[in-house]
Amino acid sequence: MLRSRLIPCLQIRKGSLVKTRQFGEFSYIGDPANTCRIFNECEVDELAVVDIYASVEGRGPNFDLLNELAEECFMPVAYGGGVTNVGQAEKVLRLGMEKIIVGTAGYVNPELFAEIAKSFGTQCVIAAIDVKSGFSGSKSCRSHSGRKSTGQHAVEWARRVEGLGAGEILLTSIDQEGTWEGFDIELIRSVSDAVSIPVIAHGGAGTHDDIREAVNEGGASAVALGNMVVFQKKDMGVLVNFPSEAEREAMGLHPALVTDSEIAGQR
Amino acid sequence: MITILDYGVGNLGSIHNMLRRIGIEAEISGDPQQLASAEKIILPGVGAFDHAMQRLNDSGLREALDKKVADGKTPLLGICLGMQMLTNGSEEGKLAGLGYIDAQARKFPARSNLKVPHMGWNVAMPSRPSPLTKKFDTEMRFYFVHSFFVKVENQENSMLKCNYGIEFDAGIQDCNIYGVQFHPEKSHRFGMTLLSNFGAL
Repeated sequence: MLRSRLIPCLQIRKGSLVKTRQFGEFSYIGDPANTCRIFNECEVDELAVVDIYASVEGRGPNFDLLNELAEECFMPVAYGGGVTNVGQAEKVLRLGMEKIIVGTAGYVNPELFAEIAKSFGTQCVIAAIDVKSGFSGSKSCRSHSGRKSTGQHAVEWARRVEGLGAGEILLTSIDQEGTWEGFDIELIRSVSDAVSIPVIAHGGAGTHDDIREAVNEGGASAVALGNMVVFQKKDMGVLVNFPSEAEREAMGLHPALVTDSEIAGQR
Repeated sequence: MITILDYGVGNLGSIHNMLRRIGIEAEISGDPQQLASAEKIILPGVGAFDHAMQRLNDSGLREALDKKVADGKTPLLGICLGMQMLTNGSEEGKLAGLGYIDAQARKFPARSNLKVPHMGWNVAMPSRPSPLTKKFDTEMRFYFVHSFFVKVENQENSMLKCNYGIEFDAGIQDCNIYGVQFHPEKSHRFGMTLLSNFGAL
């Protein structure tokens, strides 16, 4: 049976692995390649690697680092950070990664989603939507690692990128990110209801119950994990870890299946 | 030595990475002459059916591949879209498939609770014993991402079954021709075992 994916989301800053809180203050975690090796042994479902400073510094991906990581990863890997054209996307894919995460560059040039999708298929385009709540409760998208406002509303932008060719959405709540305090379920629900492509919920996971809630209440197809997979516990030291196969099974992250006969009945 | 066909479609890097990891010699090649002398062949593929078929047909590799298959001596493994290409064709496109295995690729029906593509880890069950599924002491879990699924015409060509609302063939086989819908190169030890088995043929 298909199970909702759990995806460690690794944040890279100047070649090191870090972990942010609300896209601000960050802790040093360790060496990215070493960490990937550990996640290999843990048999994680998938991995997301985000160079959180590429767009801020206005540079492209660090291909040497990505090559090192790709050689260590025997699970699907998504990369984001500084990809602004199809040529860069192709280079990342050729290294042995499967998906390109487009965030900041997509607000400047929305056609980028379509261009990458046309060349390599929609399954390899993930739109990163980083959302911050306003005083009025509005949920607006931000770019450049949360530094700049884009004028886009989360749900509207999600619909727009789906139409352009994004195959998945990596939906991050900046308010919840790195807090251990649970997901913004309302945000996840509103976006997953608005689009038919898979939504990866990110930002706030602290417990297995939080994960279950994002899937069952929020309608997320996958959950991205930060703090939980790089720290032992809240306010404790670095420990790269991942729920065991038995723990993942026990979370009950299976979508309800419709049987062949029910489908035949619909025809 | 495994020859990974380079016809401009598919993720060759990750297949090569995993083969290197499990100690199987492999080369990436788009040269028909190299293909003609290949000991084992992997046909990768991602993206749209017609695009991939067109690229393969125009690559100069098609004739050499047909010849190797007609010969029946060289094991061939199609991965993901590469497996769908082994069939007669797909609902996704208009071009004919390679026709090596009697099957057709169809689109998953749209249902509210199951998103398309079928993306993520799922369990595959052997339909019959096959050299490719030896040495699995636990259940087989693989990473899938596809919007079209294959059903074989002749059950003898079914190697692995999987269920995503609908039961489909996750692995197909006709003698030396193999296809898998999932990505063994991205499926941890499960994929390593399967590719080791292919390397040992």
